Amino acid sequence: MKEKLVLIGNGMAGMRTIEELLAIAPDKYDITVFGAEPHGNYNRIMLSPVLAGEKTIAEIMINDLDWYAKNNVRLHAGKEVVEIHRTRREVRTADGTVEHYDRLLLATGSNPFILPVPGNQLPGVIGFRDIKDVETMLAAAQPGRHAVVIGGGLLGLEAANGLMKHGMQCTVVHLGDVLMERQLDPVAAGLLRASLEERGMRFLLGAQTAAILGEDKVRGVRFKDGLEVPADLVVMAVGIRPNTDLAKQAGIHTERGIVVNDTMQTYDPRVYAVGECVQHRGICYGLVAPLWEQAKVCANHLAQFGIGRYQGSVTSTKLKVTGIDLFSAGNFNGSADCEEIVLRDPARGVYKKLVVRDNRIQGAVMYGDTVDGAWYFQLLREGTDISDFRETVLFGHAHMADAGREGSSVMSMSDDAEICGCNGVCKGTIVKAITEKKLFTLDDVRAHTKASASCGSCTGLVEQILAATVGTIGKTPAEKPMCKCTEHSHDVVRTAIRERHLTSLRAVFDTLDWKTPDGCHSCRPALNYYLIATWPGEAQDDQRSRFINERVHANIQKDGTYSVVPRMWGGLTTPDELRAIADVADKYQIPTVKVTGGQRIDLLGVKKDDLPRVWADLNAAGMVSGHAYGKSLRTVKTCVGSDWCRFGTQDSTGLGVKLEKMTWGSWTPHKFKMAVSGCPRNCAEATIKDFGVICVDSGYELHVGGNGGIKIRGTDLLCKLATEEEVKEFCGAFMQLYREEARYLERTAPWIERVGLSYVKSKIVEDEEGRKALYARFLASQQFAQIDPWAERASGGVDAHEFEPLAAIN
Amino acid sequence: MTDWHDIGALSDIPQLGSRIVKSAQGDIAVFRAADDAVFALSDSCPHRGGPLSQGIVHGHRVTCPLHNWVLELESGAAIAPDVGCARKYPVRVDGGRVLLQLVSVTDSSSV
Ligand SMILES: Cc1cc2nc3c(=O)[nH]c(=O)nc-3n(C[C@H](O)[C@H](O)[C@H](O)COP(=O)(O)OP(=O)(O)OC[C@H]3O[C@@H](n4cnc5c(N)ncnc54)[C@H](O)[C@@H]3O)c2cc1C
Ligand code: FES
Repeated sequence: MKEKLVLIGNGMAGMRTIEELLAIAPDKYDITVFGAEPHGNYNRIMLSPVLAGEKTIAEIMINDLDWYAKNNVRLHAGKEVVEIHRTRREVRTADGTVEHYDRLLLATGSNPFILPVPGNQLPGVIGFRDIKDVETMLAAAQPGRHAVVIGGGLLGLEAANGLMKHGMQCTVVHLGDVLMERQLDPVAAGLLRASLEERGMRFLLGAQTAAILGEDKVRGVRFKDGLEVPADLVVMAVGIRPNTDLAKQAGIHTERGIVVNDTMQTYDPRVYAVGECVQHRGICYGLVAPLWEQAKVCANHLAQFGIGRYQGSVTSTKLKVTGIDLFSAGNFNGSADCEEIVLRDPARGVYKKLVVRDNRIQGAVMYGDTVDGAWYFQLLREGTDISDFRETVLFGHAHMADAGREGSSVMSMSDDAEICGCNGVCKGTIVKAITEKKLFTLDDVRAHTKASASCGSCTGLVEQILAATVGTIGKTPAEKPMCKCTEHSHDVVRTAIRERHLTSLRAVFDTLDWKTPDGCHSCRPALNYYLIATWPGEAQDDQRSRFINERVHANIQKDGTYSVVPRMWGGLTTPDELRAIADVADKYQIPTVKVTGGQRIDLLGVKKDDLPRVWADLNAAGMVSGHAYGKSLRTVKTCVGSDWCRFGTQDSTGLGVKLEKMTWGSWTPHKFKMAVSGCPRNCAEATIKDFGVICVDSGYELHVGGNGGIKIRGTDLLCKLATEEEVKEFCGAFMQLYREEARYLERTAPWIERVGLSYVKSKIVEDEEGRKALYARFLASQQFAQIDPWAERASGGVDAHEFEPLAAIN
Repeated sequence: MTDWHDIGALSDIPQLGSRIVKSAQGDIAVFRAADDAVFALSDSCPHRGGPLSQGIVHGHRVTCPLHNWVLELESGAAIAPDVGCARKYPVRVDGGRVLLQLVSVTDSSSV
């Protein structure tokens, strides 16, 4: 028999947990839900647009009654649980319904705080929390009537805005003199107040409520200083109190909220709690974003997967008042050791402030132009060093993209960057839905992911993601799981391989609890790379985990034949080599011979069974594999240099040959291309290579992180050096840093954008000892890498089975 | 036509790998999973004819090297959302030898 899970509180946090649970362990529990409200689960934050007449109740439903029926979840809507009996493991409702549980989940949310002043029980005094409150307000809202909203925070302003839309006269009463002081600094609050006043909202700041006036219903409000204001409706929006009554009654430890640990368990291990009713590491949250994270962790533990901890959240806020753009996050007021970067443009009504400490964003407030809110929030949460773009950071992400610094603005955000705050949808989820379900329109994305389906403030971002994704494949995952075989991200897996000395795929699968017996085509090549890059000579290179091109050391073509590219060091060749290539082409009837962009010759259309013999012939003429097929060093392109060229400043060809001899054979996270140009005219196009050298009179300039391809990116200047020996050392160290730290299938360009050029400089240029160590590790691993794969196979010793049929049947 | 052909030893096929058998009906890819289960499919992906024998084998599935379609080795059927089916051939292991039948079947019920 299935275990029984009972949820008390049919709200956003509780039901999100159930949804997460059903996604990972659909058959584990028999689930019963009790909700005091007579509805399905709805998006509470959208009550503001409902009040303003911009949405209907039907539009804000997350799980309607049908959903419960379809998912076999028993819902008792409109039944309040009044008792938990922990020894009997039962809950009881006001009408006497009793339900047994094996696991209990508390998600009772919070209650509006009602000021303890005389008259606070009068009809017409309400909080702003649920559908019933909205219905009460709408019934009372008549043009010309007066409403007093007590509390100038997010909730109060949204309530007042909604009521004004129905023609009511609204006065917002606030104890302090800064509106939304938990989210705004005085400047932004001032701008907000001015634009709300323009719409007709009135403010009484620094006013302390003394009493609500009226006999059988509300008539007005009186303040400490004696002032009286008429009112037909009073909305209390001065704060919320976690709803802990039930937990307290059951003897579960509570302080301000129900105390939970990092796995969302209360002091009774059978009882979990999520949402606004909980207190985690001393904090009670009042926004939805933390709930999504809590729900994920809680579901994971309910499913008994036992991984994932909730470590607290940094929150951000937007105000859902149509026509007003406002965003804030983190520590936006700063402190003595912080600096502020500010942009003010009164004519456009724009104000942006970033609070920065040690070149890392601590907080952000934006008014009037909030498109970059999600980006700043991401930089804040990841603690990104912004020194590389500090001078332009306030102009936003799009500016950096225009300046050619980034691939595409949204696409350089990591996959766990939250795009839609209302529905807790992050970028990875949207990208995945677009690629897997082949979505093409905004409406499709809304239907499948709910992103931008609520307040709509993220519509622009979602459109950008849509545009960018419908043209890209093979982006590198960030913090999301490597693939569906595991919960772990690339970085986590990599760290484990290094720190736990894992040297085989089997060890990785066992140690990290892989969900599939032997991985899949997505994780195996990545793992194989991480293993051989971390433990060269020690980890075995698993050919069965390599993509076919790397397995047979040639490029598969669309008709199933292969192309073969021998190495030509620095683009140099000889008559003998050319003759041998010509002979091979004749002998094996190779249909196409082409000169590549990397200065060598491509033989296209070779049949698979001919490969070993083709290689043997090329080997005999002294040529080796060009690795044109691999995630590895490809070519070192050169121009002729000082030997022949009248502009040449150094021996660029010679240096190119030396670099290629040093680096050939090395495996890298993605393909790696180099070039050496003999003078600043840059004939070898060194500035669009992963590693480029430009020779100048006084030495060598090193450039890194460029690529051609769909989205071209020019290199960044790394440093200038005097000798060839130094160039070799810096080149090896740079490649090794990339090999050790970039994620599989991440080219140098996105990698450098992710970690920052300053970081790369700090490792390669500024830290001499570290650089020498990287270089030494690179050379050490080359001992095992510089074995010509063609020779091994041409002699028939290695992987002969790849090239011969098993049998022939007539 | 319904003869079982001895095509070689199980150990001739690498685990998580595949070998080709040439036949009048075209190339047949014979796969061996990590648990030594053996399967045979026409060496032609239902998408654009990619050589399945060159793909990465994982579990009882293979990923086509050309555009990453994933097929069930047991039935030859593509995993959703892709739709298609590679022709499958009866194959079994007897005393360490791999035996293959040439009659082609297109659905899994007829083995
Ligand atoms: C008008 C409004 C606007 C908001 N805007 C934003 C915003 O823009 N951004 C943001 O991040 N957050 C916003 N919030 C806050 C957000 O809605 C809450 O953080 C979130 O709903 C909390 O989820 P929860 O599941 O903890 O509680 P709830 O969603 O409140 O769910 C708790 C449920 O439990 C039920 N319940 C309680 N006790 C019992 C019992 N004994 N038996 C049975 N059922 C019980 C309650 O009736 C309720 O339905 C807003 C809130 C409101 C009211
Ligand atoms: S041919 Fe197999 S996936 Fe396209």
